[in-house]
Amino acid sequence: MVTIASRLVPPRSMLVAGLIALILLAATASLMLGAVSLAPARIFAALAGRGDPIATAILFDLRMPRTILGLVVGAMLGLAGAALQGYLRNPLAEPSVLGASNAAALGAVCAIYFGLAELHPVMLPLLAILTGLGALALLFALAGRSESPLTLILAGIAVATLASAAISLSLNLSPNPFAAMEIMAWLMGSIENRSFHHVWVALPCIAVGAALLLADGRALDALTLGEDGARALGADLRVTRLRLLLGVAIGVGGAVAVSGSIGFVGLIVPHLIRPLTDRSPSAILLPSALGGAALLTLADIGVRLIPSNVELKLGVVTAFLGVPVFLVYLMRERRLW
Amino acid sequence: MVTLSLDAASVRLGRRLVVDAVSATLGAGTLVGIIGPNGAGKSSLLRAMLGLVPLASGSVTLDGESVSAMARGAIARKLAYLPQGQLLHWPLTVERLVALGRLPHLAPMSAMSPADIDAVERAIERADVAGLRGRVATELSGGERARALLARTLAVEAPALLADEPLASLDPGHQIDVMALLRREARAGALVVTVLHDLTMAARYCDRLLLMDRGVLVADGAPLDVLTAERLRRVYGISAMIDPPMIVPVARSLEPL
Repeated sequence: MVTIASRLVPPRSMLVAGLIALILLAATASLMLGAVSLAPARIFAALAGRGDPIATAILFDLRMPRTILGLVVGAMLGLAGAALQGYLRNPLAEPSVLGASNAAALGAVCAIYFGLAELHPVMLPLLAILTGLGALALLFALAGRSESPLTLILAGIAVATLASAAISLSLNLSPNPFAAMEIMAWLMGSIENRSFHHVWVALPCIAVGAALLLADGRALDALTLGEDGARALGADLRVTRLRLLLGVAIGVGGAVAVSGSIGFVGLIVPHLIRPLTDRSPSAILLPSALGGAALLTLADIGVRLIPSNVELKLGVVTAFLGVPVFLVYLMRERRLW
Repeated sequence: MVTLSLDAASVRLGRRLVVDAVSATLGAGTLVGIIGPNGAGKSSLLRAMLGLVPLASGSVTLDGESVSAMARGAIARKLAYLPQGQLLHWPLTVERLVALGRLPHLAPMSAMSPADIDAVERAIERADVAGLRGRVATELSGGERARALLARTLAVEAPALLADEPLASLDPGHQIDVMALLRREARAGALVVTVLHDLTMAARYCDRLLLMDRGVLVADGAPLDVLTAERLRRVYGISAMIDPPMIVPVARSLEPL
């Protein structure tokens, strides 16, 4: 009995504990490292309110919001990727597959294009979240009540294509090269120079989105046996789908709203986590959120440390990270490794 | 103990009536086979019993309660279902796969209880997959995988078990294993309903056969009363050698239907 109990309930606590330790390490490093490095003693002093003004300013105005955003955006992308791969039963699914990220990006681009972003720092993320929700409504209208994952993917591609076409249009029509540059820079994805304004916009969205996605775990497990199998195991797939779509639209919309499009995190994190679990969709949800948080924070530290004239964009670094992971995956599929 | 009743149940897929006013009452302790040619509506009938397809008319009741009005979780605890086609999307170990059968019983936000683990153990025992428990189910042979999926269905410990073509792609030895297993479940008091194509297996193991033809239930009764040469010719368009319990299709019937 003991043997089966321990094998049926995988040593998830170990994995989760290990990932939390990794997150703590990454977050501490993220607070310490940058153009000016802060020793732990100065950080603690600033946290306690007894720090020197420079350390306090760097910590609270620059590093802290940046670190928090790295953690929550990474967690949301990792979780959304894991949930979507489980729901669509497709290991290549990622947060952008339903068009949520492109739509949110379109909202942000509109904010830049029409100059709304200069009115207040939260205008851009708010507009991004609104277009993300608008895209969700469009997705529902297109996919209808069908429960098939294929219909949903097709509708998602339609929404994503429409959004990216509109983004291209804005680049095409942009009045001067500087506006186009600004849009391009935002699209590449970054969490540089973000303030607590951004944290307060993103955090609630991500909390709601993550809660919705985590609640789908059991239904995702049941879907391992196909749609009929899942429903016969008591899963109400309409509820599952509603939670999934809302969770992705709100959570990923909120994340993209503050960070721009950061690709590949949602795609590769579930692949890195899956071999460490029993491979059931529910078992990778929480660890993928933790792994995404750690990965994005580490990538963001890399952005700061890699010497270059212009600071690299986070989305560029994650895209390069995605390539080796997929090569390994490909080689395993072809049994070359 | 469970009683599943169909009263003039009809199912429409698109514009086609795939199940046409089928009435039958299925009681505990019997192994019921659903037979009929391809496209006769066997799987749709089974899915209608589970409430997986909406009824166009008529009703399906489970212990007096209308299935269409029941919550999915309540149906799941009473009717265990083995879908057609050995579908399995993720490379789970056999043990983890069997444990999926406990999903209808788990309270929200809680792990498997010792009682759930016992049920998984019993299912592994009954389906004889103890030797495979650590193996990855997607890497098993067809016969092994069929048994693992059957164990998953048994782990629900529902009073009724509905299996759609559990013998598909199995060799004769594994077919006998699966039919013997289903019969044991019925003898232990379960209602077992299974869609079958092998007429000899149907005749040998089932207590009762429902013969479907183009959505209509054309015969319902003891296997040898249902499987007459005349009906096989009319429904399947074959001539068969009938030597109980062997039913051997020998040729396409050339006589006009």
